[in-house]
Amino acid sequence: MLERLPVMLIKEFVQLRRDRWAMFRLIVPMIIQMLVFGYAATFTVSHVSTAVLDLDRSRASRSLISHFVATSRFDVVDVARNQGDITRDIDHGAAVIAVVIHAGFGRRLENGRSAPLQVIVDGTNSNTALIALGYISQIVSRFSAEQAGRAASFRTSVAAPEIGIALQTYPWFNEALEDRWFFIPGVIGTLTLLQIVSLTAFAIVREREAGTLEQIMVSPIRPVEFILGKTVPYFLIGLGDIAMVSSIGIFWFHVPFIGNPLVMLLEASLYLLATLGLGLLLSTFSRTQQQAFALNFFFVNPLYILSGFAFPIASMPKLLQWFTFINPLRYFLVVIRAVFLKGVGLKVLWPDLSAMALLALVMLTVSVLRFRKSLD
Amino acid sequence: MSAGAPAVLAQGLTKRFNSFTAVDHLDLGIEKGEIAGFIGPNGAGKSTTIRMLCGLLHPSEGRASVAGFDVDRQPEAVREHIGYMSQKFSLYGDLTVRENLLFFGGIYRVPRQSFEERMRFAISMAGLEGRENALVRTLAGGWKQRLALGCAILHRPPILFLDEPTSGVEPEARRRFWDLIHELAAQEVTILVSTHYMDEAEYCNRISLIDRGRLIASGTPSELRARRLGGDLFEISCAPLGAAVKVLTGAPGVVEAAIFGDKLHVVLGSGGLGAADLPGFLGRHGIQAGPARRVTPSLEDVFVQLVSGGQKQRSAT
Ligand SMILES: Nc1ncnc2c1ncn2[C@@H]1O[C@H](COP(=O)(O)OP(=O)(O)OP(=O)(O)O)[C@@H](O)[C@H]1O
Ligand SMILES: [Mg+2]
Repeated sequence: MLERLPVMLIKEFVQLRRDRWAMFRLIVPMIIQMLVFGYAATFTVSHVSTAVLDLDRSRASRSLISHFVATSRFDVVDVARNQGDITRDIDHGAAVIAVVIHAGFGRRLENGRSAPLQVIVDGTNSNTALIALGYISQIVSRFSAEQAGRAASFRTSVAAPEIGIALQTYPWFNEALEDRWFFIPGVIGTLTLLQIVSLTAFAIVREREAGTLEQIMVSPIRPVEFILGKTVPYFLIGLGDIAMVSSIGIFWFHVPFIGNPLVMLLEASLYLLATLGLGLLLSTFSRTQQQAFALNFFFVNPLYILSGFAFPIASMPKLLQWFTFINPLRYFLVVIRAVFLKGVGLKVLWPDLSAMALLALVMLTVSVLRFRKSLD
Repeated sequence: MSAGAPAVLAQGLTKRFNSFTAVDHLDLGIEKGEIAGFIGPNGAGKSTTIRMLCGLLHPSEGRASVAGFDVDRQPEAVREHIGYMSQKFSLYGDLTVRENLLFFGGIYRVPRQSFEERMRFAISMAGLEGRENALVRTLAGGWKQRLALGCAILHRPPILFLDEPTSGVEPEARRRFWDLIHELAAQEVTILVSTHYMDEAEYCNRISLIDRGRLIASGTPSELRARRLGGDLFEISCAPLGAAVKVLTGAPGVVEAAIFGDKLHVVLGSGGLGAADLPGFLGRHGIQAGPARRVTPSLEDVFVQLVSGGQKQRSAT
């Protein structure tokens, strides 16, 4: 079935080895961009997905929750029933922040005593968490001022009850809420996307322009042999690139890597297959390197913007949110952050991994089918 | 491939690119072991026809079979039986001579036991002994073309399509290339070769002349040469040539006047000007001319007339 694959691979590797600039092109830009992005990490937030747990069920607690629901800063994604729900929401990335109102909250306020509010933030998403905490204190102080106003109409003099916010980061390791820890795993995904899509898109178009593709097309080679011959080398290069920039993240920027390296390898492989598939698909639509370049530009930038890397998906218009479902980078970001910072495994990450696998399968299949051995 | 069937057969083969017809109802038959020449000016549709025969382009109309297989419906079977040299040089410049041979031999799955021997044959055929490890982009044109031919026949195809294999190659290298073509034909290989060098037409067993996608003549070189030009052919030295053509075209008795190298070729019919009258006639129009000499028509004369005749016909309708 794949008898000609070794011949294709030998040829690709010899050409790559002979390309004096290849090593430079494949390595140096990745390192530079990794360093630049790593040092320039900051960004902004809205529509923070939030879980609430009301163990008090008083008028006061319901009123506080309605304050969260009312603002666009927070999207209440889950009204939890117990502490376990909260842990699960944050582990799965369903919520970045959780607000827990303990029993007795309402009574303490009514008696004019201070009341604690527990806030749990996903420490891996440090930037979002920090900004969200700021919003929470605003909401809470507005709420306590209202409570004081209500009380004042009944009694003669009452000070605003104090609501203490007990912050709890979860998981515990990113206590410093370091931006970089959140940002760098994302950079790894975006850099790989840019690199691999353009490498593969150009690989076939270059042969088309050189005329060698026409010579290959008249041979009995199978489309799948040719396509694999073009993808396997870039797959290996992609793995090398991911290993390289991950090492920079871990050893230079000291981003903790607490997950399982094998899970990381699996996700990197699925992600690479999806991006290779995309590159190949683009190359089947281009006749010249210029067209490939234009298509590349047209597709890769939106992928980057619609990934949740810099702009939270929750704050996008619904239509664009749907688009993110066919974006491999979206899933990769979820998984790589989780593997680096939370250490969660396949049990939690399988939906995102399966989504990447499905995307890879569809795009590779379509590009093999579209690669006809014909010039028209 | 059943015995006796033509190696290549095309009937009404047509290719349209949008509204433009590049190949227009072409009929073609090439017998086994024949060297068939495909002659025509730039844009005539030679490459488009060859690409359809190789299964690289789908015919818009008509049908063709190669080695007995339909090019549109059984392209993979066709591919097993053909070798192809595209007009654009298409070996890998960044691979060595040997690496190119290994690659093309590999994708054609040349049997292991004969691989080494065939590679050595291809290298010696190209005259590249001792340069096996040279990068192909460093080779001169003639060597490149012979190596490309060597690559195209590694799998010993019974039918070869060569698209302008000698364009841009030195005359000496062109001759060597044609020697190779004849050696292959002697081994029963059927060869379709396109060219726009008229002199190369003489090396072919049979010629198809195409112009603007249409077949305008075909036959052996001597058959075509024997075609009546509609008169006798004379050669005259005169200056300026352009003015002479203008003056003679349409003059009584002149069937055709065309520039041929640095001379003028004139076909004279019966009645009107005779050969002896030509220098005087030209002189009266201020054109210096030597004596007219009768020559036997070359293929080029025939082609020039066929092509210009076609043009006249078209402009008349
Ligand atoms: N893919 C294409 N799309 C549109 N037009 C095309 C295409 N390929 C060829 N043509 C046109 O078809 C005509 C015939 O082209 P073709 O390449 O077959 O000519 P040719 O006889 O090989 O000429 P040359 O001697 O220049 O190689 C030309 O006018 C060319 O511009
Ligand atoms: Mg051509």
